[in-house]
Amino acid sequence: MISLKGFLRRFFSDPVAIGAGLVLLVLVLMAVLAPFLAPQNPYDLMQLDIMDSEMPPSWKPGGDPRFWLGTDAQGRGVFSTIMYGTGISLLIGIGAVIVQAVLGVTLGLIAGYKGGWIDSFLMRLADIQLSLSTLMMAIIALALFQAAFDANIYADYAIIMLIMVIGIAEWPKFARTVRSSVLGERKKEYVDAARVIGLPPRKIMWGHILPNTLTPVLVISTIQVAEAIMIEASLSFLGLGMPVDRPSLGSLIRSGFEFIFSGSWWITLYPAIVLVALILALNLLGDWLRDVLNPKLRRGED
Amino acid sequence: MPMLEVQDLHVAFPQGRKSEVEALRGVDLTLEKGERLGVVGESGAGKSMLAFAILNLIAEPGRVSQGRIMFHDRNLLDLSERDIRAVRGNRISMIFQDPMVTLNPVLSIGTQMMETLRAHRRISGAEARALCIAKLREVAIPSPESRLDAYPHELSGGLRQRVVIAIALLTDPELIIADEPTTALDVTIQAEIMALILKLCRENDVALILITHDLGVVAEVTQRLMIMYAGKCVETGATGAIINAPHHPYSAGLLRALPQNAARGTRLYQIPGAMPPITALPTGCAYHPRCARATALCKAEIPPLENGAACFHPLTAPEEVP
Amino acid sequence: MFVISLIGFSIQDNLGDPLRELVGQSVSEEARDDLREELGLNDPFFVQYTRFLGNALQGDLGNSYFFKRPALSVILDKFPATFELVLGAVFIFVSLSIPAGIYCAINRDSWLARLIMTGSIVGISIPVFLTAIGMVWLFGVELGWLPAFGRGDTYEMPWGWDTGFLTWDGLSHLILPSVTLSSIMLPLFIRLIRAEMMEAMGTEYVRFARAKGLSTRRVRYVHAFRNTLLPVVTVGGLMIGTLIAYTILTETVFQWPGMGFLFLEAVNRVDTPLIIAYIIIVGLIFVVVNTIVDFIYTLINPMVKLPGAKG
Repeated sequence: MISLKGFLRRFFSDPVAIGAGLVLLVLVLMAVLAPFLAPQNPYDLMQLDIMDSEMPPSWKPGGDPRFWLGTDAQGRGVFSTIMYGTGISLLIGIGAVIVQAVLGVTLGLIAGYKGGWIDSFLMRLADIQLSLSTLMMAIIALALFQAAFDANIYADYAIIMLIMVIGIAEWPKFARTVRSSVLGERKKEYVDAARVIGLPPRKIMWGHILPNTLTPVLVISTIQVAEAIMIEASLSFLGLGMPVDRPSLGSLIRSGFEFIFSGSWWITLYPAIVLVALILALNLLGDWLRDVLNPKLRRGED
Repeated sequence: MPMLEVQDLHVAFPQGRKSEVEALRGVDLTLEKGERLGVVGESGAGKSMLAFAILNLIAEPGRVSQGRIMFHDRNLLDLSERDIRAVRGNRISMIFQDPMVTLNPVLSIGTQMMETLRAHRRISGAEARALCIAKLREVAIPSPESRLDAYPHELSGGLRQRVVIAIALLTDPELIIADEPTTALDVTIQAEIMALILKLCRENDVALILITHDLGVVAEVTQRLMIMYAGKCVETGATGAIINAPHHPYSAGLLRALPQNAARGTRLYQIPGAMPPITALPTGCAYHPRCARATALCKAEIPPLENGAACFHPLTAPEEVP
Repeated sequence: MFVISLIGFSIQDNLGDPLRELVGQSVSEEARDDLREELGLNDPFFVQYTRFLGNALQGDLGNSYFFKRPALSVILDKFPATFELVLGAVFIFVSLSIPAGIYCAINRDSWLARLIMTGSIVGISIPVFLTAIGMVWLFGVELGWLPAFGRGDTYEMPWGWDTGFLTWDGLSHLILPSVTLSSIMLPLFIRLIRAEMMEAMGTEYVRFARAKGLSTRRVRYVHAFRNTLLPVVTVGGLMIGTLIAYTILTETVFQWPGMGFLFLEAVNRVDTPLIIAYIIIVGLIFVVVNTIVDFIYTLINPMVKLPGAKG
C-alpha cells in the first residue's frame, strides 16, 4: 500500500492528474453549491417565464445578461439547468456505484472465501451478467417499467430506479476483482492464524481480508462512476432516464436536440461539454489511480 | 581458425536516464568445429545473455556495447538484419529452456517446423514435410506423421522438447546453442533428452554450446567448460581438468557444493553469500567478498584471465576449498 | 431464451389492459367480458403462457397495438435497415481498428501512435449519442456534405429485402450513422489490440521464431497476431449486447428507420406487444450471435475443441 504522503506527491507531480482533478473538483463544487450559486432555480415554475425561452447566450445578439448561457425552450437558464443537472448526474453515478460496490464486494468476499458451489454459482451468474450489456439490460428494464406505470409515477421514482438498475447490473465487476484478491489473500498466513484463534468466518472476511482488497476496489470505482454517468446520460437521452422537468445532463441534451436545426445550438452544446468533461476527468483520474496503486500494471481478469 | 570466436564481448543495459550497467563485462570464447562447450553459472551470471548476443537477439533496450563475434571470419555483429537472419536457425540454431512457451500454441507442429525450412531453403511443401517427418523420427518421436498436424499442448513436455531439438537440426546447422534445455522438464526425462542431444551432436558433427547451471550434466556431455560469474568468465579449460582440479575458488566452491561430492553424514556445502547483482558489483574481483583467499589486491583490481583462471591466487593443487 | 420469454410474457400479462387497447373505451362491459373469454384472457397463467409459447414458435408474437399488425412482421420489416447499419459499422470498425492497433503496438513511440492513443481515451469518454449529434451537426447542418436523416432511397431485392447499398443516395445516408456506431467500439478495440499485440511480441515463442531466422513480417503477422486475435474475439463477443444498445441510440439520433428506433417509439406509445416482441427478438439475436462467436473462437484456438470433436 502506498502512503498518503507518497500518494499526494505523485498526484501533484503529474499534470494530467492535476488537470483532471481540478476539472472534477470544479464540477462537483458547482453541482453541490447549485442551490446557492445558480442564478435561477429551474425547477421552480414560478420563476420561469415562457417569454424567456430560446434566448441565445448573453454575448450574442438577442441575449440577455440574466442568462449567461442562454435559455432553453421553457425559459430555463441553461447555466442553471447545467448546475442542477450535473448534480443529478453525479448523484446517480455515485449512488449506482455504491450499490454495485456493496453488492459486488459482499458477494465477491463470500465467493472467494467460501469457495465450493457458492463460488461456482456466483461466478456463473457473474459471467452471464457480464455478457449481457448493462446498457441493454437497463434499456429493457426501464422500458418495461415505464410501460407498466404511468408517466407521473415514473418520474418520481426515476432516480431510484436508475441507481438500482445500473447498480444491480454492474456488481459482477466488483465481485470479480474482490474475489481474485480474496483468493490471493486466503493463502496467506494471517488467515490461518485468525482461524486458529477461532474467529468466525464472517469476522475473518470482513475484518481481516477486506482491508487488503480495498486497493483494487478503489481503482475501479472511479472508472465505474464515469461509466455509470455515461449510461445514465444515454438512458436519459433516450427518454428512459430522468424526466425533462428534473433533468440530468443527458435529459438536457435530449431536450436540446430538436433545436439544433432551428439554430438554438446552445441548449445542446453546453450540457454536452460539461458531460464530456465530467466523464473524461473521471476516466483520466481512474487511469492514473490504476497506474499509481498497481505498479505492476496489473490488468483486470479476462 | 576456430569456427566461432567471441572477443571481449560487452552487453549493456541503460539504467535510469544517464548511465548504463553491464550484463556482460568482456567475455571471450572460442569454439572449434564439432566441439562441445559447456557454459556454467548461477542465474544472472550472464550465460543466456551470451547466447542471445551471438545471434544478435538481445532484447531492447539492451545492446552489445563492445566486442566482436567472429563466425568463420565474419563479424556477426556487423551483419545486416537480412544477413543475420540467414545465419539464425540455419547455420546456428538455438534451443530454449521451456518448450511449452517456445512453441506457439496456436500453430501446429508442422507449421512451425516447415516454416523454418522454407525460410532458409527453396523447397517444395511435400519435400519439406518429408524432411520434417524424417527429423522427428531421428529424435525418437513415435508416429511422426500424425504429430505434424498436432498442436503443442497435445504433446508432453519431453516430446515437445524433442520437437524443438528436431527444429534445431532441420537445417543441418554447424552450431547449436542449447540454453538450459532440460531444466523445465521432469527429472526422469532430463537424462533422456540430454543423451539425445549428445548423440545427435556427435553423429552429425555439430558443435554445441550447452548453457546450464548443472555441473553434473556438463561433465558427461562437454569437452570444454567455461564458468561464468557476474558477467565475466572466471575459469575455462578442458572439462575433465577443471572438474578434477579447479583453479578458481568459485569453481572449486561449485564443485564442492555438489551433493555427490559431499562426505557422508556431513552438511552439504554452500558457498557463503550470494552473487552480486550487476547493478551493485564490488570493486576489483567480483568474487572477492565470498572468497577466503581474497587479499587487498583482489579488492582493488580485476584479475585477468590467465592460464584459464581469472584469479590472483588460483588454486594450484586439488585441495579443500576455499 | 426460455427465461427471456417467460419474463416477457408475464410482464405483458400484467401491463396495461390489452382489451382496452384493442377495442377502445366505448364498448360495453358485457361485450368486453365476452371478448375476454374468447381471447382466453381468463384462463390461468400457465395455460396462457403455453399458448403464447406455442404461438411464438409458429412465429406469432401477438399484434402490435399501434400498427394493428402482427408484431413480428412489423419488427422484421425494419430488420434490413438495422442490419445494414450494423454491417456498415462493423466493416468500418474492423478495417480501421486492426491496422491501427497493430501500428500502435509496433511503433509505440511515433507521434501517430501517441495521437491515436490519446484520441482513444477521449473517444471512450464521449457517449455515442453525443458523437452522433456532433456528426449530425457538423456534417449535416454546418457543412451540409452528407445527409443526416433517414435512410434515403432503397432498392428492393427480389426476396423482399430493401437494401440501401445499391443506391448512391442510400449509401450516402449510410455513411454518417455507420461511422458513428463504429466510433464507439474503435477506441476500445484499438487499445485492446495494441495491448495484446505488445504482449504477444514479448513472448518466448516470438523470440524463438526470430531465433529461427524467420522474417519480421512473418513473425509479427503470423505468430504474434494469431495470438492477439483470441482475446479480441472474446471481448467482441462480450460487446454484442452493448452494440445492440448503441444501435438503438444511433438510430434515434439519425432517425434511421430500424428496429431500435421502432422499439423506442413503441415504448413511448406503450405498445406492449411490440415491446415484448422486440425484447424477444433481440434476445434471439443475442443468443445466435454469441453462438457464432463461440464457434469462431474454437476455429482460431486449437486448445478449445467443440464438445464431441477429438483432437
